Amino acid sequence: MTLPGPTQIFALVVGRDLRLAFRHWDQVLQPLIFFAIVTTLFPLAISPSLDELRRVAPGILWVAAMLASLLALESLFRPDVEDGTMEQWVVSGQPLALMLLAKTLTHWMVSGLPIVLMAPLVGYAIGMPGGTWRIVMGSLALGTGALSILGAIGAALTVGVRRGSVLLALLVLPLEMPILIFGARAIDLAMHGESVTGPLNLLAAILLLFLSLGPMAMAAAMRISVEN
Amino acid sequence: MFPFFTVRSPLSTDHFFMWLWFYKLASPPHAYQLLGKWRPWLFWPAIVLIAVGVAGGLLMAPADYQQKDAFRILYVHAPIASLSLMIYVMMAVAAAIGVIWRMKLAHAVAASCAPIGVWVTAVTLATGSIWGRPMWGTWWEWDPRLTSELILLFLYLGYMALRSSFDDIQRADRASAILAIVGLVNVPIVKYSVVWWNSLHQGPSLSLTGKSAIDSSMVWPLLLLILAFVLYFGALLCTRVRAEILRRERNPAWLGEIDLKS
Amino acid sequence: MSFSEFLHMGGYAAYVWSAYGLTAAVLIGLEWSGRAELRAAQTHARRRATIAGEKS
Repeated sequence: MTLPGPTQIFALVVGRDLRLAFRHWDQVLQPLIFFAIVTTLFPLAISPSLDELRRVAPGILWVAAMLASLLALESLFRPDVEDGTMEQWVVSGQPLALMLLAKTLTHWMVSGLPIVLMAPLVGYAIGMPGGTWRIVMGSLALGTGALSILGAIGAALTVGVRRGSVLLALLVLPLEMPILIFGARAIDLAMHGESVTGPLNLLAAILLLFLSLGPMAMAAAMRISVEN
Repeated sequence: MFPFFTVRSPLSTDHFFMWLWFYKLASPPHAYQLLGKWRPWLFWPAIVLIAVGVAGGLLMAPADYQQKDAFRILYVHAPIASLSLMIYVMMAVAAAIGVIWRMKLAHAVAASCAPIGVWVTAVTLATGSIWGRPMWGTWWEWDPRLTSELILLFLYLGYMALRSSFDDIQRADRASAILAIVGLVNVPIVKYSVVWWNSLHQGPSLSLTGKSAIDSSMVWPLLLLILAFVLYFGALLCTRVRAEILRRERNPAWLGEIDLKS
Repeated sequence: MSFSEFLHMGGYAAYVWSAYGLTAAVLIGLEWSGRAELRAAQTHARRRATIAGEKS
């Protein structure tokens, strides 16, 4: 029997996780519903006036997306660690970093991507001009990708810890602040009709940096969490 | 290339002598005694330099023509601010060494850095805000330096929270090391993003350390105090690392042999 | 410059002295707590060494 190559392993993990996700599609919807609820809180807390909401709309969208991404992390590694799958992966001798990256990508596809797709609609409801939808989706797509990788490192570190979810927020949120700054700023600039290449390029650079270094950190963290 | 105590195969004598100092330094009894010897050489010069620097800053340096005597807060704020970042870098580097070479002493150093770093960062924020009150007319301003310092405080608190959530000290060491390294990669990004964020939101505000050319009579106490605070931190670290070494030592054989009093 | 002038700090006394006082307090506190930790660790280690000595 020949062992699968790296590409095959990646595809196998993505396929498996997608199948698992669609079996529990109601859980997939949860971060999306959370995102919608959080954005509803702001008009209630601030004002129903679209003019007032428009000024803070990029911030609302981004804070809501960040919290939704954080909430979704809870289900990233925990099921596999609890049923022992992860332990098998760690001892299998297969490239763990690659497999965890595949898991993170799939997780983003089922938790981050729906938010990206729904964001223009939610943004319109809080007063953002209709023409900005491309920038809204672009900044969120780049940003939530980076959030997922950072979050995955944090999730791998805290997966073996009691009450890990509060701790996870504590660890990950300060590190995510640059992404929030650039992401919200890009939308803000687009709303004022200005060039958004600066913040979007910075977001892309952050995403590439995390993509290249993140998987190693995830794998190292997972080895610590799983071994006893 | 890795030190011989992790590699089981026989090694050449070259390797042996190359790593001998490293091995000796890393051995708990040796490090414990060495740090005890070093501490006074850091502590007392630090005290003398602090005394000279504070005297220079409060008595000899002329008052700033814009900020008057309030600028003298600079002499405690700037050294402790630079220390807050330096401690984080040192903590992350020590943690990385601990993970890569499986060196217990490095983990003890990283663990000892964190509580000092938290307090130093908190004092930086407090003195910055005390300085901001007369200068900006408010205790808190979303100034890029104060904001990134606040994020640094959160990073320290996260590190300590992660460390305290593990019962097993070795897992705590390695998990928190990864967090520290990830944080270190992030620190320049945080710093840059906060400066960028601020420059877009508000016009140039009166900056604390300012571009206003400082007279040399104002500079030397500052440099002296920066050095003094670094030495003082070194002394603090020696004491805490020694305590950490004792706490981690499971084998009490050497504990009986050395004088614990010293 | 008189001593009271020095203490007055050109009207910024409250700010300057509180900043210096706070820094001094924390630096001294860190030294003190570090020593306390070391002393506790030494006591504990000595006790462990004694127990190990009695056993052998």
